[in-house]
Amino acid sequence: MRFLFKTDYEDDIKLFPHSGYVVSYGILLAFLLIAPFVLSSYLVSQLVFVCIYATVGVGLMILTGFTGQASLGHAAFLAIGAYTAAYLQQYNVPFPVYFLAAGLLTGAVGALVGFPALRLTGIYLVIATISFAFIVEEILARWETVTNGNEGMRVKTLSLFGQAVPRDGPTFYYLCLAVLVLTIVGTLNLLRSPTGRAFVAIRDSETAARSMGVNVSLYKVKSFAISAAITGLAGVLFAHKLSFISPEMFTLQLSIEFIIVILIGGTFSLHGAVLGAIFLVMIDPFLTYLKDDLPGIVAGIAATFGADSITAGKIHGNVAAIASANGLKGAIYGVIIVLFVLFEPLGLYGRWLKIKLFFQLFPLYKRATFKRQKIYVKSERNR
Amino acid sequence: MLDFVQQLVSGIALGCVYGLIALGFVLVYKATEVVNFAQGDLMMLGGFFAFTFIGMLGLNYWLGFAGAVIAMAAFGMLAERVVVRPILGYPQFSIIMATIGLGYFLRSVVGMIWGTDDFKIETPFSQGVLRIGSLVLAYDKLSVIAATIILCALLYLFFNRTTLGTAMRASSENMLAAYYMGIPVKRVVSIVWAISAAVATAAGVLLAPITFIHSNVGLVLGLKAFPAAVLGGFGSIPGAVVGGVLIGVIESMAGFYLPQGWKDVAPYIVLLVVLLLKPEGLFGVHMRKKV
Repeated sequence: MRFLFKTDYEDDIKLFPHSGYVVSYGILLAFLLIAPFVLSSYLVSQLVFVCIYATVGVGLMILTGFTGQASLGHAAFLAIGAYTAAYLQQYNVPFPVYFLAAGLLTGAVGALVGFPALRLTGIYLVIATISFAFIVEEILARWETVTNGNEGMRVKTLSLFGQAVPRDGPTFYYLCLAVLVLTIVGTLNLLRSPTGRAFVAIRDSETAARSMGVNVSLYKVKSFAISAAITGLAGVLFAHKLSFISPEMFTLQLSIEFIIVILIGGTFSLHGAVLGAIFLVMIDPFLTYLKDDLPGIVAGIAATFGADSITAGKIHGNVAAIASANGLKGAIYGVIIVLFVLFEPLGLYGRWLKIKLFFQLFPLYKRATFKRQKIYVKSERNR
Repeated sequence: MLDFVQQLVSGIALGCVYGLIALGFVLVYKATEVVNFAQGDLMMLGGFFAFTFIGMLGLNYWLGFAGAVIAMAAFGMLAERVVVRPILGYPQFSIIMATIGLGYFLRSVVGMIWGTDDFKIETPFSQGVLRIGSLVLAYDKLSVIAATIILCALLYLFFNRTTLGTAMRASSENMLAAYYMGIPVKRVVSIVWAISAAVATAAGVLLAPITFIHSNVGLVLGLKAFPAAVLGGFGSIPGAVVGGVLIGVIESMAGFYLPQGWKDVAPYIVLLVVLLLKPEGLFGVHMRKKV
């Protein structure tokens, strides 16, 4: 086990606490850089979605994970980013300009949402953000001169410094990866700055933060703005990746998916946003794979346990019928969410930490290390 | 003027359905501080149970209604036992996510069992209208309004006059203190879920003649009932119904008098304005945290 002896305040806020971090993240980055040459084009395309979802996840993590303000309206911010890109692109505005413009506009809208959210907590905040998302969705559908209404907008191929960047090519993947990495590094820097400390203080106790001199309103609005801006940037990439956007893509369903990203990944660390995004994007191809192969596998298992060919055939047919039933995906989604909340509240990254600690402390690991305290006394209404 | 009254009545009827779903939200929230995002889906499931009993098995309407309510009460207890009880006492957000997951699950399972078509339940109120002068009021809408008033009165009496109701209010204030006072908190919570699922079923069955039931109806109506509960102030039973009726009337008026598109947004705009002016809702009680 490695012991870190901190002798200086600077040690506490280092980006890389020890050399192990540099090595492991270096290897990861190297793998991601050669990925387009190794993996199939389908997987690279999925990786692009992972990058976009992870960027949104990081944005949402700042707000929900670190400032403690729940939001079920992030699809609206994504939509604003995407539509800004699509709109400005019609006037031949270069990519870097509309990319930043989308971020700025979404950030401004985020700050606007942040103001009413100042007085709201818990469930009231959730419903306010849902309402906001509905209103944005309706505006997108009705403001036809700008958004082309329900018919949606085509997004032209991205062009960067005169070069066309097709949405399936490796360059687009590198662009998304670069945005994700820069967002993560930027967020890490933000979180070790006074601003980030103030966010965490607000999350842990608003009253305590206020009594320590943190301007709670200011930092809440800041958190909303930053989170929205990052989501808006992801929205630009999202629009380019899909090459077509319409209002019904940015529904509550998408906002819930973003929350699932950080919930399944783990809400206490940025790792969670990335792991959650990988999980959410990759579950689709995985389920498709299961749907095709599971009947054969189950029938094979039945056959090895001595079932004759007719029974095996029946089992094959039954499993295939269940696996191809409509809406099975929704049920699996639901079960996964419930199981994570019940059994793995710290998410995938929490599981990773547990496994790591298990081997570090072997054989002295105690399960209670990660046990959360249940609170039956406090009422969330009395705040 | 006639149009206005007509719209008002249909708005109130729709609002009563929202109010009934919102009542389910409020009941669960009052007793356990859990916000049940799957409330609309419980309503949908209740509607499908009733459809099975009445439409497929051919039972009498009232018998089928009662059967659906009892079955759903049992289901509510089961859902509480499996999904909610293990995470009671954890931050509110985890519980919200768990109920969202439950909603996903219910929607797709119902879709798999009953299919994704629209279904209709024949009720004694389906046909027939009440004529007052030149005003025409359909029985199905009036039945919703009447049932809402009766249910509200019953629930109000239950919460304020019975021992069990008082126990529920106590455990909502402070579970631990209630437990020390000898209140079987777990059983109380379980009963609350049963009641809320039963109320949701009543909403679902009453709704069936007005709009068809299909596997997504819970999501659509739940998202309208949610602003209703918030508008009235989460945790207030009269507030939920008043909020529901307000949302219903606003929606119906906006659909009639305002250009297309306002119908769906108007309730949310009103909600945001109310939250801005009065963050705890119309009937909510604002409590300060003591440090």
